[in-house]
Amino acid sequence: MDYTPAEIMITLSARALAGEKTVFVGVGLPNIACNLARRTVAPALELVYESGVFGARPARLPLSIGDPALVSGATSVCSMAELFMNYLQGGRIEVAFLGGAQIDRFGNLNTTVIGDYERPKVRLPGSGGACEIAIHARRVFIIMRLMKRAFVERVDFVTSPGHLVGRAGDRAAQGIPGRGPELVVTDKAILSFDGETGEMVLTSVHPGVSVAEVQAEVSWPLQVADPLGVTKPPTGEELRLIREELDKVGAYR
Amino acid sequence: MEVRLLSMEEAIARHVHDGDMVAIEGFTASICFAAGHEILRQGRRDLVLCRMTPDLLYDQMVAAGCARKLIFSYLGNPGVGPLHCIRRAVESGVPQRLEMEEYSHFGMVARYAAGAAKLPFFPLRSYVGTDQPRVNPAIRFLDSPYGDGEVAVVPPLYPDVAILHGQRADASGNTQLWGLLGVQKEAAFAARHVIVVVEEIVDEAVIRSDPNRTVIPNLVVDAVVHEPRGAHPSYAQGYYDRDNRFYLEWDRISRDEGETKMWLDEWVYGVANWSGYLEKLVAREPGIWERLRPGESLAEPVNYGSYGDDGGGGRRD
Repeated sequence: MDYTPAEIMITLSARALAGEKTVFVGVGLPNIACNLARRTVAPALELVYESGVFGARPARLPLSIGDPALVSGATSVCSMAELFMNYLQGGRIEVAFLGGAQIDRFGNLNTTVIGDYERPKVRLPGSGGACEIAIHARRVFIIMRLMKRAFVERVDFVTSPGHLVGRAGDRAAQGIPGRGPELVVTDKAILSFDGETGEMVLTSVHPGVSVAEVQAEVSWPLQVADPLGVTKPPTGEELRLIREELDKVGAYR
Repeated sequence: MEVRLLSMEEAIARHVHDGDMVAIEGFTASICFAAGHEILRQGRRDLVLCRMTPDLLYDQMVAAGCARKLIFSYLGNPGVGPLHCIRRAVESGVPQRLEMEEYSHFGMVARYAAGAAKLPFFPLRSYVGTDQPRVNPAIRFLDSPYGDGEVAVVPPLYPDVAILHGQRADASGNTQLWGLLGVQKEAAFAARHVIVVVEEIVDEAVIRSDPNRTVIPNLVVDAVVHEPRGAHPSYAQGYYDRDNRFYLEWDRISRDEGETKMWLDEWVYGVANWSGYLEKLVAREPGIWERLRPGESLAEPVNYGSYGDDGGGGRRD
């Protein structure tokens, strides 16, 4: 069955949420992924948005994380102070999705600038809530397209901490409560992080993709899991839910 | 009850001055474009603009050259892409250099909360392992006096004026909001002066019928402006939806400096006031408010109870 890069990323992200209870949702692919998970592998999943919404039940695909459709029918809507203090810093969020313009081998993310901070080549959006999400969510899943200019040896700016410089226990020693990035879902492969070194490891290639093709899009010599898995492609039902219910207009495909 | 109703022209003339620190807040929802445009028409300069998410409004204001500095936490056209005018200012100094003071969302929330509570700083567990403190020296770390390690701290934010859009207020400024609350309350209490702008002016009795919904009390309000649809192209929960066509259109217009100028000349400087803007909108698209009208989703009424001598209950003996 044919599927787009976005569709396999949505599907794999949704599957990773199996059995989860709370997820901190970003707009775009994570948003569809979380809604797909709620209809498939995680029926009890509550969607939390940094705009202050807990338990959203959006009747349409939200245009942004501040869409009015997130409010109507939600379990609770609170101020952003309460959201960041009580929900996030209070340790109530199990999983969160993040992405970025750049990621390094330890999962540190850059959403601030390409180039020098004072004279940037490209000025990116900045942190938003990403920095706190990376620090406080118990686990972080990253969704990014695999591209050499994004998977870099060293990010130009650390906006959101991953496994820092890659020693086990560094996050805890620095007082960071969350366990950090656990999974990177891309359009070509799935990567995870080594429990000792905090370094990214290729764990599964998507059907028809070779290890060499993955390595070609990563700037450092990539560690490869043994045995290496092959990703199970989206099922007909997963694709039907995405195309006919969650993203009818095809905004994210 | 003191009546604080002013026209937008009067409110801006009285409370926004050259060089002021101005916070027009509202997280995606209830962004008071009407006030921002009036500030531009009155030609204010050298403003320090604070907003968690500068959004299209500050993109327009930066393009118009009224700002010398931006204090913020996320630069984006929400759900669409970058803010091209602010990017031009930062990357190429067009139309002028823009000083940037940058936080995370929690950092900005904490700055407003410290300002509201008049605290010297606000502690938060954030920024560890990031480059953000390196480029913003106001983000610092302190040892907890109770021996549980370091916490980040940020200073209070005291805007000279906060401009906050809400659904309804009485004439004295008691303002009720629902939907996303953002940092509206914290910004109102942190600011030296507050202008509230609302969709509807209601009787004081309406406010008193539902006190939990009064997010901004008249205690902190200097001026109330009745400006229906004053948050277009953003939205007011239950009143009108976000005009996403305009958010997409701005992505195109704002890529080009000349087109941006033409847009400002036509839609900001080319009208006398917000009514003029709304007339132009309807002339261009007669069905716009029909297109943006949400369906109905009513809250169940609650019983606050009546406890007076003649209220029929609550006897104390």
